[in-house]
Amino acid sequence: MNIRIRYFASLREVVGQNEEQLTLPEGANVADMRTALLTRYPRLQPIMERCLCAVNRGYVTPETILHEGDELVFIPPMGGGRPLEVQLWNR
Amino acid sequence: MEPLIQLTREPLDRDTLIAAVSHSSAGGIVVFEGVVRDNARGKQVRYLEYDTYEEMAIAQIRTIIQEAQQRWGVDRIAVAHRFGRLEIGEASVIIVVASPHRAEAFDACRYIIDTLKTTVPIWKKEVATNGEEWVEG
Repeated sequence: MNIRIRYFASLREVVGQNEEQLTLPEGANVADMRTALLTRYPRLQPIMERCLCAVNRGYVTPETILHEGDELVFIPPMGGGRPLEVQLWNR
Repeated sequence: MEPLIQLTREPLDRDTLIAAVSHSSAGGIVVFEGVVRDNARGKQVRYLEYDTYEEMAIAQIRTIIQEAQQRWGVDRIAVAHRFGRLEIGEASVIIVVASPHRAEAFDACRYIIDTLKTTVPIWKKEVATNGEEWVEG
């Protein structure tokens, strides 16, 4: 299945592009994509450790299953400090 | 009123935002304005560069406003955030809350800016005299 990945801020600078399409096997989750990206871009490692993730413009957990055409964004920390993750994806 | 939400590269216009939330029933208007400082953690800042995941940022701001409306019963709210390059002294964010009485307006405004800073995907890069970095809070 095809997943659209968009990059912002520090991730965009490391990867050198705004977005790309990547293919994962059916049933893959957000954590699987994270692993695939770290293989592709090893320099993302230190940033990825601090990233939240969003699918289709809402925060999700890394266990979230992806579907064809999903838009996935890894969200590096924002200037205002690290949020409580549970707050985010229960909203 | 429907909340007013702006994400823009253009300079923010405080007067327009205040006018949008003003109403004859609202006796208090609280404005928070975030402004670009010339220093951070001992560095001399030259300018800031803001990046945003625009579609998600707007959705998150809408959620925060709804939470504030439910919690404090304030329904006249405007939130504007700028992105792109900002010079020292320019406003990066303006939040305006109008309500019948001041207490709710202060509380709601404080909640909105604090929550926005931690949950809305807007990032800030400080370009200082001795280098640049994305600020992680």
